[in-house]
Amino acid sequence: MSTETKKVKTVKWGAEPKLGWVEAMYLPAIASGLMTALKHAFSGKTTTRQYPDVEPVIPANYRGVHRLNRDEAGRVKCVACYMCQTACPANCIEIIAAPAPKDDPHWKDRDKFPETFTIDELRCIYCGMCEEACPVDAIELTSVYDLTGMSRQEMIFDKEKLLAVFDETINSGRDPIRTNRGALGPASEEASTAKQGPPPPGRGRHG
Amino acid sequence: MYDFLQQIWPTLWPTLAAIGVILAFVPVLGLYMTFIERKLAAYVQDRLGPNRVGPFGLLQAIADAIKLFLKEQVIPDHVFKLLYFIAPTLSLMTAMFALVVMPFGPVPTDYTSGFRYIVAPGIDIGIMMMIAISSLSAYGIILGGWASNNKYSLYGAIRSCAQFISYEIPLGLSIIGIVVAAGSLNIEHIVAAQGGDFWNWNIFWQPLALIVFFTSALAETNRLPFDLPECEQELVGGFHTEYGGIKFVLFFLAEYTHVVTVSFLTALLFFGGWHFPGLSGPVDAGLGGMLLRTFVLVAKVSMVVAFIMLLRWALPRFRFDQLMGLAWKGLIPLGLVNLVCVAVVFTFDLPKHLLSFTAVFLFVASLISARNLQSTINMPRSAGRPKAGSILSEVTV
Ligand code: SF4
Ligand code: SF4
Repeated sequence: MSTETKKVKTVKWGAEPKLGWVEAMYLPAIASGLMTALKHAFSGKTTTRQYPDVEPVIPANYRGVHRLNRDEAGRVKCVACYMCQTACPANCIEIIAAPAPKDDPHWKDRDKFPETFTIDELRCIYCGMCEEACPVDAIELTSVYDLTGMSRQEMIFDKEKLLAVFDETINSGRDPIRTNRGALGPASEEASTAKQGPPPPGRGRHG
Repeated sequence: MYDFLQQIWPTLWPTLAAIGVILAFVPVLGLYMTFIERKLAAYVQDRLGPNRVGPFGLLQAIADAIKLFLKEQVIPDHVFKLLYFIAPTLSLMTAMFALVVMPFGPVPTDYTSGFRYIVAPGIDIGIMMMIAISSLSAYGIILGGWASNNKYSLYGAIRSCAQFISYEIPLGLSIIGIVVAAGSLNIEHIVAAQGGDFWNWNIFWQPLALIVFFTSALAETNRLPFDLPECEQELVGGFHTEYGGIKFVLFFLAEYTHVVTVSFLTALLFFGGWHFPGLSGPVDAGLGGMLLRTFVLVAKVSMVVAFIMLLRWALPRFRFDQLMGLAWKGLIPLGLVNLVCVAVVFTFDLPKHLLSFTAVFLFVASLISARNLQSTINMPRSAGRPKAGSILSEVTV
């Protein structure tokens, strides 16, 4: 129980305002109404958004279509830890992990990688839990809002599609701001996090 | 037969031409008035309005017309078919018929020139006929409401009936002064009497009549703030709830034709018609003078139309008892007072500009009605209702 004192509001029965002779003549009220209308008509400013012609500026923390981030080597950053799949309240993420090909020099510093990674974008509720759960900031929700498709099948995004979203949005200058992409989490690159120190408060799960 | 035709041809062709102009003009005008109204409404509400079809959305009106014409013709099961079909036609017919005596350009009072900007020139009961015909349009609405067999439509129709009857009276009263001054009911003569200086325009000696006339005329057109017959919030769509497609178009063309009629009448009766200071000489002197005068008239009319459209976004709708009160307790007494003043001034040959002081009666009327309004607005409360200012309840938050 908070220490706030209870406020008592009294509700009063209102009376209709008295009409004076000026109001009873109607003309001043009509004139002022017309002035308001004219002022708006000639103010020259409109609040109309010309949507398909002019795209709206979406806030950077908008939660739209997912993307799977790539690391510096261009590989999928996801380490197939199943954290997102576990966290997802809508059960729309499905990952099949595979051991990283050890003999390939390209993958030699990784143990696991997602062989398949699918998100059902229709079932997703865009809550952002996956993003919060991911220890390496591999999955992110971009500010892409106009997702359309011709079939349900089309809306189930696989790994390639999710990586393609990354490729499309990475240079748009509108990166999501919730995660610390670029300054990666502890499971990814120890050296860089050690240098980085704690992230500024209020920015994502590390704060 | 041929001889007869040849004989009447010189008077027949200008009439046919004028009829053609009106018939072609009214639908196009109606369509474009909806467009202008939508644009104006948008600007008043800080929006852009229709702008997708054609440059500046100019083809929107055409697109609307095509849509309305191609719509499926739904005839509800429960309507009285004959009247249901007659009503919209009657509505538009009477609205257009009223235009017969309306000069839409300069008309010389001796009716010499070939093409005259009027279908029936020299009708001596001109303005009388116009008011008589346009009040017939109540039939269209009432029949439509009755035939629809729908309670909302009927409510709308009954409201419109009451409204028409009430506002006919001040409408008629307000123009008597002008008719007396011009000595004729003929609209061309009334306009001719306003020629010359600014000060001859009727508005400068009949301001009270203008207010009464314009208010009642607005009520006759069923436009906001007097659009109770079709107010969406209470009556779904009012008398045209059951109408769609082309049948709805007829109703709505009738409404816009009324607006045009009222605007023309206001410009002709009160704002000097096609006269403008500096524009002197016979009205049929050359094509240039004719066109210039037509332009002057059209400019005045467009201003009135714009004013009517702006009023729609400036004023809230009247309550029905307020609407009736305004007519019977406000406009009719004012019209009568104006009539008495006009009679006094013309009987004793006083200068007619003395009559501009009739505007004072507006103040007197408002003083009286302010007292009366107090008693009608703050009606005695029922026993259960608390008194004004008393504490209703205490709420803990
Ligand atoms: S945003 Fe929420 S619902 Fe969508 S995939 Fe991520 S955790 Fe699941
Ligand atoms: S939480 Fe991140 S790293 Fe783990 S499976 Fe999901 S996307 Fe991959």
